[in-house]
Amino acid sequence: MSTTIWIIAAAAVATYLTRVGGHLVLSRFQTVHPRVEAALNAVPAAVLTTLVAPSLLNAGPAEWAALVVAGLVSLRGGLMTMFLVGAAVLILLRQLVG
Amino acid sequence: MSTETILAEDETDMPASSLDDFLDGARLCIPVIVASAPFAMLFGALAVANGLSVFETALMSATVFGGASQMVGIELFGQKIAPWLIVLSIFAVNFRHVLYSAAIGSRLAHWPVWQQAAGYFLLTDPQFALAEARAESGKSVGFAWYMGAAFPVAVSWIFCTWLGAMFGSLVPNPQALGLDFLLPIYFFGIVMGFRSRPLWLPIVLVSGVAAMLAYKFVGSPWHVSLGALAGIVLAVIVGPVKDKAAVQEGKR
Repeated sequence: MSTTIWIIAAAAVATYLTRVGGHLVLSRFQTVHPRVEAALNAVPAAVLTTLVAPSLLNAGPAEWAALVVAGLVSLRGGLMTMFLVGAAVLILLRQLVG
Repeated sequence: MSTETILAEDETDMPASSLDDFLDGARLCIPVIVASAPFAMLFGALAVANGLSVFETALMSATVFGGASQMVGIELFGQKIAPWLIVLSIFAVNFRHVLYSAAIGSRLAHWPVWQQAAGYFLLTDPQFALAEARAESGKSVGFAWYMGAAFPVAVSWIFCTWLGAMFGSLVPNPQALGLDFLLPIYFFGIVMGFRSRPLWLPIVLVSGVAAMLAYKFVGSPWHVSLGALAGIVLAVIVGPVKDKAAVQEGKR
């Protein structure tokens, strides 16, 4: 097999270890300390925010407008509505602003 | 209004049918597919441009199944870097899944082991968010529901990778189509979905600022781990908001 295939296989194993590892470590403990639980509760907001934040560094008017409009829509509508409206604003403004 | 009936309906141990649960989950995967399909195609096109075969490209999508890490991987493939460094970089990009896995673990613990093994394989960013939101709404996170949300995404991811690998050179200017900013919008929507959680706004602000600083001064992919760490440390320091009275603060 080629080196590439081996790299892909090793990367797949490494990735699977990250996906199962947190659970395997945590399940060794009988009880979860309240502060650990607070940490776990913070995971969605903390991690997913980091996937958005750096894109703000280079964001122009079209990107900011898309996020603001999408944010307002998400206060009322579902994720799908929010996503489609945000994407529409982004694509439209990019055509106009360039 | 009898709330008991509503509760009883929501929390039946025996689901009406696994198919209903599967379809329930499948409805949620549509935005995930819309947001991820262009990236799968982009990945396929770039991978082939960087010297991978169509088979290797599709294999990577099927086995690693993590968009950002795959992009980093093929970026390095093109540069004649030591294989272990490529694997380490992919591991670093994917390290955030350790946190997902720890946070979601108790929700999946009632599944048979093989189902858990399969479930963790498909634990991506959106899948984690959907499962957390489902658990938060008081419904049980069952295997059929979970697969309904995750499996179509995997199929689409692999298929679109293949499409991109085969026909990638035909894709027009991805910038004008907004491809580079679709995922941030999607993840922003997911973050908004958790806004009723304790300390949500402080965590988002601290993680966001920390991620931007780390992105500037440390570099990608460390901004994810460092930014997340900042928000989580904040949550640990402030402690459990709801059970403050129950926890004996002085003791620990």
